[in-house]
Formats: sequence, C-alpha cells, structure tokens
Amino acid sequence: MPYDEALGRFEPVLGLETHIELGTASKMFCGCPTTFGAPPNTHACPVCLALPGSLPVANATAIESTIRIGLALNCSIAEWCRFARKNYFYPDMPKNYQISQYDEPLCFDGYLDVEVNGEIVRVEIERVHLEEDTGKSTHVGGSTGRIHGADYSIVDYNRAGIPLVEIVTKPITGTDRLAPEVARAYATELREVMRALGVSDVRMEEGSMRCDVNVSLMPRGSSEWGTRTETKNVNSLRSVERAVRSEIERQAGILAEGGRIIQETRHFHEDTGTTTSGRSKEEAQDYRYFPEPDLVPIAPDRAWVAELKAALPELPRVKRKRLQQEWGVSDLDMEAMHNADAIDLVEATVSAGAPPADARKWWMGELARRANEAGVPLSALAITPDQIARVCAMVAGGALNDKLARQVLEGVLNGEGSPDEVVAARGLQIVNDEGELSAIIDQVLADNADAADKVRSGKIAAVGALVGGVMKASRGKADAGRARELILDKLGVSE
Amino acid sequence: MSAITRDEVAHLARLSRLALSDEELDHFAAQLDVIIGAVARVAEVAADDIPPTSHALPLANVYRPDEVRPGLTPEQALSGAPAVEDGRFRVPRILGEEA
Repeated sequence: MPYDEALGRFEPVLGLETHIELGTASKMFCGCPTTFGAPPNTHACPVCLALPGSLPVANATAIESTIRIGLALNCSIAEWCRFARKNYFYPDMPKNYQISQYDEPLCFDGYLDVEVNGEIVRVEIERVHLEEDTGKSTHVGGSTGRIHGADYSIVDYNRAGIPLVEIVTKPITGTDRLAPEVARAYATELREVMRALGVSDVRMEEGSMRCDVNVSLMPRGSSEWGTRTETKNVNSLRSVERAVRSEIERQAGILAEGGRIIQETRHFHEDTGTTTSGRSKEEAQDYRYFPEPDLVPIAPDRAWVAELKAALPELPRVKRKRLQQEWGVSDLDMEAMHNADAIDLVEATVSAGAPPADARKWWMGELARRANEAGVPLSALAITPDQIARVCAMVAGGALNDKLARQVLEGVLNGEGSPDEVVAARGLQIVNDEGELSAIIDQVLADNADAADKVRSGKIAAVGALVGGVMKASRGKADAGRARELILDKLGVSE
Repeated sequence: MSAITRDEVAHLARLSRLALSDEELDHFAAQLDVIIGAVARVAEVAADDIPPTSHALPLANVYRPDEVRPGLTPEQALSGAPAVEDGRFRVPRILGEEA
C-alpha cells in the first residue's frame, strides 16, 4: 500500500535495537585482537574458541565504555549486575551460548533527543547492555548463499568475543508519518554520540554498528499495538529510513486486506529497498538465560561513575547548538550540514583558519556536488580541511577568485598535490599585474567598440559584457572588481 | 506432583538437539524429576536473611586490562575441527529440513 494511504489508516510504532562493536584493542573476555579484516581464525584463542578449561575475564575498558555510553544516553547505571548465559544451538558461538546480560543491564532508563525537521523528538532508551559478538558464518551451497537451502556452513571466529553493546529503545509512538525520518535521525545521532565518546568506529558498512528495526502498526483511533516484525541487515543510515517505510507499506497492505502480521525476523535488501521473511523465531525464544557462573558481578563504584560522567565530552547536539551560534547560521543551514555529515569538516576547516561562511560555502557547495557525483560521503573526498582553509586564505588574500579556487579544488581532488602546488602547476594566480591587466582591457575595448560606446554614453550596465570579456581573455585569472574599475576609468565614466 | 514434566524434558531435548526415544524420555524425565526435587530442598533451608546467591566467590569487579595477548595460530585453532574449509570451521547444515 502506498505510504500516504498507509499512514492515513494506521499509526506506526517503532523500536530500534542497535549493536555497537566497541573499539577496544582486545576482545571482551580474552586477549585476542579485534581488528577488522584479518584472515579467518587468526584472532582466536582457547577462551573465544571455548576450549575446555578456559575461563573468561571481562575487559575493563569495555565495562568503562559501556558505562560512558549509558551516561551519554542519560541512563541510570546499575549498582550491581551480572552477565548471563544466553543458550542457543547455533555454531556462530562455539560455547553454544553467548555471554550477554538479561534482566540486569549495566545501564537503563535513559533517552536521546534527536532533531527532525527542526523539532526535538525524545527517544527513550530502555537499556544498554554489554555482550560479546558472534563468529561469522558463510553458507555454502544452495542457490542463494543464504542459510536456507545451504548444504553446510563455514565459520570464522575472529569476530567471536568482540565486545558488543546493545542499545534498545522503548517503543517509539507518536511519530506519525515521520517514523522513517525519526528512525534515521536516531541512528544518526547515536552514531555521532559514539564517535564523540570515541568508543567505536561505528562503521555500518563493516558491521561495527548494526541496526535492527522493529515496526508495528495500529489502526487510527486504536491504542492497541499490532504485531511487530524485526528487520535485520540494515547496513546504512539511509537503509534505516527505507526499511521503516517499506515495512509500514507492507504491513498496511496485509492488514487492509484483513490479513495478520506474523511476528518474525525480516531481511532488508539494499537493491530493492524491501524486506523479505527470514527465519521464523524459534518457538517463543527459549534461551534459558541464567547468571554466568564464570564471571563475577559488576558493581561500578559510584564515585568512579560520577567521575566518568563529569568527564564526558561535549555531546553532538550540544556541540551543534554551540557551533550554530558561533557560526551564525540558520537552523535550516545547520540541519543541511548535519545531514551531509559536514559539521566536523567545516569545524576542522574553521579551526584551520577559514571564516565559517567560507568553510561552509565550499563544503556544502562545490565539494558536496563533487561528493554527490562520485557517490561518496564528503569525508571520503581526497581533500583535507587544512587544504580548504588554505584555498580560503588565498581567495581572501586576492591571489584567487572563486572560479580559480574551484579549479584548485579540482586539482587537489585529482591528486595533483597541495593547493599551492596546483596553483603553481596550473598557473592559476590571479592577474595582479596592472600592466598586464591594462593591456588585456585595451584589447577587449578595441574588440567590443559597441559595448564601449554604450558605457561611454552612460549605459553603465553594459560594462558587464566588457568585464566578462576581460575574464574570458584572462582565462578567469583577472580580478573582476579591479577590471571593472579600470574599464570605467579608461572610458572616462564614473558611477 | 512432578517438578518437571515429560513434555518439558522433550522440549529441552529439542532445544539441545538431542534425539531422545520415548523410552529415554520416560527414563530421563523420572531421573531429572528426582534431581530437581533434591536441589529444591535447598530452598527449604533458605531463610529471609540469606540472599539469593549465584556465585560462590564474594567478589565483584574482576577485570583484565585491555591488552592484546598472543592467541593460537590458525593451524592450532583449527586442529581440533572435524572439518576445515578455506581456513574456517566447516559445520553441518544449520537449519534442518523443516526450516
């Protein structure tokens, strides 16, 4: 059912579960490294392979990072809590259980404020708990490369045991038609909070941040929640938004025809933007949780928690407010920069000496256009804030005009070197030599006698064509303002 | 009144992927019932002044510093695997026919 019609008849309820791999040097319960992309089973030891007699010991930094995440999300921190065993039969954990937390999460009852269209939406956090990531299975055989129909699977345990934080929201109601945008804004803000805390590299494409999207619908006027589905495999911020939208449309179509929603796991497909049914939940998840006997309880010292809280960095939303004031930009411009992931880049450019307006102009204009053309994020462009600041300085100093500056940026992006090297190699200096400029103007006046006469007779507007001629003749390297003055001077006209 | 029913034992066996015959189910259900009954006697001596206890050690906050330690080589890691393919543990089909 089309989105607008679906929203006319139903109200969505959202829930988001986000997994964040912590950027610790070693795994959660053993000393194996955590770096991404190593050859299979090279980061494994008796503990994460569950060899008999091995015992886990919790990583102090992972505990600290989880508490800092909880504090940044305005959570209460448990005075005392335990790890729990989540038992299940699946080879991605060689122990046949995952060490997780169950009814005693380390952090609980918080919130994260996010901005959608200039409005603040408060997303309440149910819990933040710490667990270990699982190994990576590759399914072999069958036609689809998926678990269904596979002949067998092969497993790499490099990822097994990497500290994983799970952040679960309370049901998010009242978002109405903005549900997809709220989901995306939440995931975006959460990612930025993690970056500000420095606890994870939060790369969705590498799986160090993963979002599961729960959606249910209730008929308008009803207050009874419908059956929800859980969509996994949502690997980008944009996909979070699309997955919510697609699931709303799909569920509305089924409900409108009198059908029922099945509680199930669904998979999002990047190419089609739709979800398909995954594995049905094993008969009412029976994980037989019990307290992990191999790990003693966590009882964070209150004074230490207070210290961690006091030492939290400035959080992204607060920082954005501050920068917005410092830079003097509108809500709309700030949101545009936020959506383009440009704020940190602009900030770094300003720190390197560029005026905020110039830094913003280049990142949100020329560079955004080029990033868009290349289909990459701004941060992936082969140019640094320092280099942008240098170009801004050259423009401010009169060595470049905007047109030449664009060519300099192009050169830097092409790998031709630093801005100064590009200027030198391409000969992009503005023509500051009055003699040279004067000669160009004389030639242009001679070639455009009609326009010159018009200006002489008082039609000053016609000077534009002459200035254009000078810019063309100088291949953009003349200072247009100075050229205009000189032309008027030569024609004996004053404004 | 049994502490655990035959159906519950069958359910646990299924979760653990244990194929128990009817005879085995009868046999183990009765045995497990006795074991649970014996363990349950502990609850009878627990008074109000004894908090629930999950750990034998009177400790909390035992951590290790976040430092990388040498582990196993891939050859060592895979040495006990019944089957290996492409540097990975090869395991039988995960979802059964019914999935």
